[in-house]
Order: sequence, then C-alpha cells, then structure tokens
Amino acid sequence: MDLQSHMPVLTERQVSKMELTAIAVISIFTLSIFVGFEVVSKVSSTLHTPLMSGANAIHGVILVGAIIVCSHAKTNLELSLSVAAIILATINMIGGFVVTDRMLEMFKGKKGVEK
Amino acid sequence: MSDFVYDLIGLAAGVLFILALKGLSHPRTARRGNLLGALGAGVATVVVFFHGDLKNLGWILGAIAVGTIIGVPAARKVQMTQMPQLVALFNGVGGGAAALVAIVEYLNLGEKATTAVVIFTVFTVVVGCVSFSGSIVTFLKLQELMTTRPVVFPGGRFVIAATLAAVLGSSVWVVVELGTTPLLVVAALSLAFGILFVLPVGGADVPIVISLLNAFTGLTVAASGYVLNSTLLIIAGTLVGASGTILTRMMAEAMGRSLFGTLFGAFTAKPQDSSGAVEDRPVRSGSPDDVAILLNYARRVVIVPGFGLAVAQAQHTVRELADLMISKGIDVAYGIHPVAGRMPGHMNVLLAEANIPYDQLVEMEEVNPTFGQTDVAIVIGANDVVNPAAQTSPGCPIYGMPILEVSHAANVIFLKRSMRPGFAGIENELLYDPKTMLLFGDAKASLTKVVSALKAL
Repeated sequence: MDLQSHMPVLTERQVSKMELTAIAVISIFTLSIFVGFEVVSKVSSTLHTPLMSGANAIHGVILVGAIIVCSHAKTNLELSLSVAAIILATINMIGGFVVTDRMLEMFKGKKGVEK
Repeated sequence: MSDFVYDLIGLAAGVLFILALKGLSHPRTARRGNLLGALGAGVATVVVFFHGDLKNLGWILGAIAVGTIIGVPAARKVQMTQMPQLVALFNGVGGGAAALVAIVEYLNLGEKATTAVVIFTVFTVVVGCVSFSGSIVTFLKLQELMTTRPVVFPGGRFVIAATLAAVLGSSVWVVVELGTTPLLVVAALSLAFGILFVLPVGGADVPIVISLLNAFTGLTVAASGYVLNSTLLIIAGTLVGASGTILTRMMAEAMGRSLFGTLFGAFTAKPQDSSGAVEDRPVRSGSPDDVAILLNYARRVVIVPGFGLAVAQAQHTVRELADLMISKGIDVAYGIHPVAGRMPGHMNVLLAEANIPYDQLVEMEEVNPTFGQTDVAIVIGANDVVNPAAQTSPGCPIYGMPILEVSHAANVIFLKRSMRPGFAGIENELLYDPKTMLLFGDAKASLTKVVSALKAL
C-alpha cells in the first residue's frame, strides 16, 4: 500500500534516470576509453588530420544535450544560453562532418594505390 | 517512444561512432567512416525529437537552422590551406557548447544538484571554456591574425600558474557554495586560462595543441553526458577523448615533439634566442633560368612541398612543372614528409586537389634512400622538415624529428620567400651548403617563371 502510493509519482523519465547507477557510468566510461584507444592505434600520418576532424565532428553530438536543456529551459537566461549552445553545437557537428568529407573527397579514386 | 527504445537507438549511434573512428583510421574506408559518424550524429539528433514532448521547439529548430547556415558554408568554402584553423574553430565552439549546456543544466537543477553532478558540471565548464578560448587562440595563430611564434612575457609562467590555481580554487568554491556567481567566476577564469595556456605555444606544437583540445572537448561532452544522464553522450565523448589522446600522442611522435613538453610548455617556456650570428653568412641565390637549366639536365628530381606551397596555392603550378619535366623524360617524385605543412597529411590533401597522381607521392621512409640517386631536390616552401639540425644538433627544438634527407641529393634548390627560419624558428644549415641554390619569392610566382624558362630551353 505504501509502495503503491509512491510509484505513480515516478514518471518514466525519472525511472530511466535512476537506472544510470555510478557503476554503470564508470563501466561505460572505462570500456569506451579502451575502445577509443584500440580503434585508432596505428594510423597513417596521412589520415591524422581527417581523423582529428572526424572525431571533432563526433563530439558535436553535444547538440543532443543542448536540445534537451533547451527543452526544459524556464527562464530567459536559460533559454538564451541553451539556444546559443544549440547554434554552436550544430556548427561543430554539421560543419565538422562536411569539412572532413571535403578533406577525404580529395583522396577519392586514388585509394587503389594505397596498400 | 519508450525510454528503452530511445536508449537502444542511442546505443546504435554509439556503435556508429566506433565504426566511424575505425573507418577513419584506414585510407580505403575513411570517407565511409566519416559518413557513418554523420549518420550516427543524425540519428541521435532526430530521435530526441520523438522522445518525450520537447518544449521551446521553435527555438530549438531555429537555432539548428542558424547553426547549419553558419557551419555548412564555412566548411564548404574554406580553402585547403585554412582547414586546420577551421577544425580548431569547430572544436572551440563544441567546447563552448558543452560548457553552456552544463551551465544551463546547473541553473535548472538549483538546489536539487547532487555533489557528483556539481563536480561534473564544474569540470565541463572549466574544460569546455579552456577548449573554447584555447581553440580561438590557435585559430588566430594559424590564420596569422597574430604571431605564430610563442608569446612569452616576463613572469608569464607565474601568471599562468596563478590563474590555474584560481580556477581550481573557485571550482572548490562552486562545489561548497552552490551559487550561480561562483560558477560564472569559474567560467571567466577558465576562459582566461585557455588563452594563457595556448599563447606560449608556437611553431610545430600548434597542431598538437588543437588535437589535445579536441580530446578535452570530448571529455567535457562525456562529463555533460553524466550531468544529463545520457549514455550516448558519455560513450561519444569518452571515445573522442580517448582516441583524441592517442592521436595527439601519435602526432607528437611524428613531429618528434614530447607531449609533456607541449602540455607543460606553458609553464617552462622561455623566450627563444634566434641565433643572429649565422645570418650574415653568404648564400647562393639563383634565377629561375639557373633553376630551369639544372632541372633540364637532371635525370631524377624530387619535389619536397611544404607550407609555403600551400600559402602560395601553388599546387597546380607545381603539377605543371612536374608534367613538363616528365614530358622531357625526367623521373619525378614528390617527397612527402608526414607533417609538412601545418597539419599531418596537409600535403597529401593539397596535392590531391591538383589531381597529382597518387603514385608520385612518396612517403618519407621510401623516398629517403633514393636521395643519393637524385640529381635535384626542389624544396618548395618547406624548411623544418628538411633541416639537418634535427639529426645533428641535440638540444635544438626539432632534434629527433625524422626529416627528408635532401642533403644527400646532388643539388638542392630552395624556393623561399625570405631567409626567415621555418615555423619552428630554427636556422637551417642546409641553406648555406655550397650545393644549395636559393630562389627567393612567392612559390607560385617562382614556379611559373621556372616553368616558362624550362619551356624555352
């Protein structure tokens, strides 16, 4: 009975928030570090710049975070800061992928020579 | 959409990011890798709109439109030479975005914020602001809107250390006091620290710093992922942070720089003495006709491009010269130093733009043994990457960096704008070598003259 009266207070979103325990966060973080290390080891220096640029574009995914905070912005200050965050994150993400593609486009059709 | 499905799609986006980084690590799959990354980011962004009801939808869509209108043309129109600084700028705004997200979430949470959340918020604000202002300074340096040399002022390292201490102190203040004002103080101090951190960095270290700040931004995204309870942001940010760190180390190794020296250069930097004594020594400078004659009778020529080629936009002219030599039966190759230019791989991108056949571009390890059989090495706007000091004088800043051994060629021609030392600011002994001929002037203008002189022969 007591339990029942508490349950409806929790919305779906809050339940999902509770799922992310400290150990889950630490696990995700640790495993991602190793994946990040492994995935880029031994890269030809030719690709250093495009790889950096591509990784740079990937962290533009902070756009998702910017959208979320903008959605529950209450004051004008929060709204204007989060709108600025969305603009900056969009520039980072979309601009980043476009510029990386332009760099790599230059190599197109010449890859057969590369071993 | 249920939370489970939402998180599952987020995980899929994370996997796409891993595949993207993996793809980008190999020449054949690089472009597909980038597209996979874009797909992952696109999916992650679109799916937010179907999860829960978003408020301020007009503002969100409007802001995305504004960002797109600014970002896409910038990325489309940028010239090859300016790509490094654009990447720096994109990285900076990403760091700024992460800092803003953390600030807004902090304002929103107010009293409800747990200590862990506050700590991660402060981390995001500090590192995001450092990344933002630091990237702006690297942009200004690469764009040559300010000096490319290290900026060191008396007592500079104490100012930097004091600023860092103030950043850390005010961070503790935020965690203890939980106010808006302390957080804004932290943000302001961090912005100042970012500027001070990058100012003393000069020369070849700038690209390494961009890569490092890129990794920093990744970590801020991961930290804001914790604050916002987003698994996707934690995965994506950590991936970029980790791979960015490795990439920074690889770039530092390719340039023969110590990562530690780059990182803490700000604290140890001393004003560099440019050795003025050697500048009075005689050099042999020649005319375009002299160069053309030398080339005309060569059997094998190696072209060594550097940043000067990029600045002068001479990639098409150099191809014209190479084609002309090939038509005269001369064996022509391009010797590509991995870090020639301002970014690793810069020359490959630049020469590929002029449709120079890929098999003419020879990497350092392969071209070095052939200099002994080379009649003429033409160094176009490069300096540090052919400087024998890297092999002969321990203690010079580029000592240990692998170089293109053009001094083994029978003749060396330097196309230079002036006797000014290279980006690293070190005198090049090779310029005074009796077998070296210097052709002063803008690389494109000089090459055009050489081409017409060679045609006339």
